[in-house]
Amino acid sequence: MAEAETLFDASELTVSMGPQHPSTHGVLQVKLKLDGERVLDAECVIGYLHRGVEKLGEAQTYGQFVPTLDRMDYIAAVSNCLGYCETIEKLIGVTAPPRAQYIRVIMTELNRITSHLLWLGTHAIDLGAITTFLYCFREREEILKIFENYCGARLTTHMFRIGGTQYELYEGFKEQVRTFIQDFPKKVDEYETLLTENRIWLDRTKNVGIISGKDAIDLGLTGPSLRGSGVQWDLRKAKPYCVYSEFDFDIPIGEVGDTYDRYLVRMEEMRQSARIVAQAIEKIPDGPIMAKMSKIIKPPVGDIYHSIESPKGELGYYIVSDGSTMAYRARVRPPSFVNLQSLKKMVAGHMVADVVAVIGTLDIVLGEIDR
Amino acid sequence: MDFAIDNIIIPLIKIGIVFGALSGVVALMTLAERKVAAFIQVRLGPMRVGPHGILQPIADGIKLMLKEDILPAKADPWIFTLAPIIALVPAFIVFAVIPFGPSFELWGKTIALRITDLNIGVLYVLSISSIGILGIILGGWASNSKYPLMGALRSAAQMVSYEVALGFSIMGVLMIAGSLSLVDIVNKQKEFGWWFVFMQPLGFILFFVCGIAETNRAPFDLPEAESELVAGFHTEYSGFRFSLYFLAEYANMIAVSAMAVTLFFGGWLRPFSNVAALDFLDLNFLALGPALTGLFWFCLKVIIFLYCYLWFRWTWPRYRYDQLMKIGWQWLLPLAIANLIVTAFVVLYFVKE
Amino acid sequence: MADEKENQNTEKPADSGPQPQTPASPPTPPPPPKPATPPPPKPPAAAGGTPPPPKPPAAPGAHPPPPKPKGPAPEPWSHPIVDAIKEKFGNQFVKAYSFIGQNNIEVKKALIAEILTFMRDNSILPCNYLADETAVHWPKDEEFEMVYILYSFEKNEYVRVKTRLKEWESIESVASVWTTADWLEREVYDMFGVRYANHPNLKRILLPEDWVGFPLRKDYNIRLQDVEWVRKHLGIDSGQKYYVGEARHEDPNYITPTD
Repeated sequence: MAEAETLFDASELTVSMGPQHPSTHGVLQVKLKLDGERVLDAECVIGYLHRGVEKLGEAQTYGQFVPTLDRMDYIAAVSNCLGYCETIEKLIGVTAPPRAQYIRVIMTELNRITSHLLWLGTHAIDLGAITTFLYCFREREEILKIFENYCGARLTTHMFRIGGTQYELYEGFKEQVRTFIQDFPKKVDEYETLLTENRIWLDRTKNVGIISGKDAIDLGLTGPSLRGSGVQWDLRKAKPYCVYSEFDFDIPIGEVGDTYDRYLVRMEEMRQSARIVAQAIEKIPDGPIMAKMSKIIKPPVGDIYHSIESPKGELGYYIVSDGSTMAYRARVRPPSFVNLQSLKKMVAGHMVADVVAVIGTLDIVLGEIDR
Repeated sequence: MDFAIDNIIIPLIKIGIVFGALSGVVALMTLAERKVAAFIQVRLGPMRVGPHGILQPIADGIKLMLKEDILPAKADPWIFTLAPIIALVPAFIVFAVIPFGPSFELWGKTIALRITDLNIGVLYVLSISSIGILGIILGGWASNSKYPLMGALRSAAQMVSYEVALGFSIMGVLMIAGSLSLVDIVNKQKEFGWWFVFMQPLGFILFFVCGIAETNRAPFDLPEAESELVAGFHTEYSGFRFSLYFLAEYANMIAVSAMAVTLFFGGWLRPFSNVAALDFLDLNFLALGPALTGLFWFCLKVIIFLYCYLWFRWTWPRYRYDQLMKIGWQWLLPLAIANLIVTAFVVLYFVKE
Repeated sequence: MADEKENQNTEKPADSGPQPQTPASPPTPPPPPKPATPPPPKPPAAAGGTPPPPKPPAAPGAHPPPPKPKGPAPEPWSHPIVDAIKEKFGNQFVKAYSFIGQNNIEVKKALIAEILTFMRDNSILPCNYLADETAVHWPKDEEFEMVYILYSFEKNEYVRVKTRLKEWESIESVASVWTTADWLEREVYDMFGVRYANHPNLKRILLPEDWVGFPLRKDYNIRLQDVEWVRKHLGIDSGQKYYVGEARHEDPNYITPTD
């Protein structure tokens, strides 16, 4: 698990953390240069999970490509789906019917909650609070049951199709979601009681991994990590897509840009997502769930970029079409890939034990980084 | 003959009983840890082996015995084998001086529910528990591998720092009791009618926190946590030798709990032991009455402390190593010394008049 | 009839499988006359339920009845930032157009770092955030098209800057302008082989260091693999049919991305 060049060399020690390590959230290798316990430099080695998704995008038709994208950010698969479907819909000039859009919003926000719950569980367990992990998974189980009832899959869901959604809502969907959403804020309070005011948690996360708003923008950091540094930017409000403009929700931002702020931002985001779902579930309009469009998708020649706010950050799709049924270039702008770049800056000068905390707070998914 | 019985046979019987009971309790602790953890985490824990998993420790024991005993090629075989024993034995022999209950009459003999009573009991306990640290250092050293060695040294440094604060925190009790003998301390608590925790609340808190750090338990278990970079001292150990370290940790936990109960919570005294009206609770009508009630109260209190140990582990995150050392040296030690000074004044001016 | 509707509502699953599908041959023989009469295709479907469902004209947003439905086309885009660039970097400017509401500026590659620095620092549309940097391979022109997707927090707008360079040329790195570009350019190098000048750390990021070949190029078959690398590092013979540098395929039905 760890190799070192020399042990008691006074100057520097290079230690490799990973690729198999309980805390690196996937196959990530971090090469640390240490001076005693202090980290001087951190170099990330990625690519262990590279599967050539972008190349596959050129060999599959637009519809076939959608399930492949689920496997990228496998924790927030619904967001991947949503982003891509919206991009292609924009390109071919189709809008999904309102009912489909409401379903999309509900599912995406539930997925945001799932993703943040997993983040909280793994982050807490890395820092030693083992019980929180199991509580988060208990909640996550409820949402995954809803997903399974809806589309048959729990993780890689392939929920939406280009032009709408495929599946109609099942009997009892509204009740199940309502029950969950009613209980959920209390559960978030439960997690907060365990961690937010906890002396040990504060000691481990305050002033660890600080990054300023300006540095964050320069490094391309997006998502809750950027909002933790005080930059108020959320694509759901800045460039509203789907029907987000019809809902009333807040964007939490932090102040200092340390791990604790990012923790608070994500906790609050869970609550806000629950709020959106609670509003959406009451307002689902009736109607078709799929737009009228041809079965074979042949977009016009040209390119398009569209991005959405996935739980990890700005997930963007840049599609170049040459008029055929397969994309000419299917580029995915992965938020975790760009977020991971800031690891170097965040970790410099901290202790080895903080590296684990910082990796946790960036909320990376290797499937997305490596594609 | 009397001499033989008094000084050889009875102590041997007592040692046998205590050793056996302790081993059993340590084994049960492994199960208790898993069950308590499970219940805190909204799940059930071991349920298959025996009703509600009661026989799980036996299954674990058998498994560990049957596991392949790996001896790393470059490791020093003698020390590698000796190190866990050095860690385990002190944890057990600490119980030689702990009083489990009062004396009782049996066939004309006064038998005390303790193996022995040293008049330097507390000193004995502190010094013996320091030997256990040696077992950890040797374990890391004998593995002949960089990371276990670093982990062992960190563990040892942590334990040594908290030992200092531990020693200071119980000095208040010693001053009030006026003796180092554990039996005297319990008797003094009976005499005063108050458990020492009410007279030395800060001392108790410091003692317990230092005790948790001594035994390398959460929230002070960074040196042996899996998600940290540097693996703990027991990385290279597997099978039976690993289980010895494991048992040593639990035995240490029980030792710390027993000490806390003896020093601060009245040992085997029941609550309100001076209130004669409650004497009926003592089961004095039985021959072994007082002994049994004493033992019962002692065990109950130790169990509560052990539960606290488990509770803390599964609730709180863990401290980073430098924060851990900072707490030991910059917070606990000054507080312990302050406690000592204040107690000294109080004893001098208000009690000894 | 319910069947038909359902058919229309589901997406295009089966027929876009591994058959040789050239974009120009739809399943129904006579498509050209159909677009002239959009409403009639429905009733014949209801009456007969012909197996190949009548394909509605694939015309995004074109309802009037011209015979060749036209999709969106790039329109010229005028904006003060375009004028500023034309003014400052006159001969580097190629064109500025807008397609489906998204604005693009195309420039020449020689001063790309300065142009992007200007895009970041100007006050008309200060693009302080580089959302993405990627490349597209156009083998017919032997060119790479570099795409920089910029965003301005102040004006809440996205802008794309594009430039073209020949396959053998190198381009200036913009890692000094936005640190985001560091890894993004490494990925472009990794996948396309574009050399960046003045990059702090140009080495492969996703693929192993000693991999041979640049996968996202159009002449790199999707089934290609660096078999030598696999043999050397993993000790196995992967059995992939196609070798680096030898993009042949024996199976005539196989579709390659260059078809």
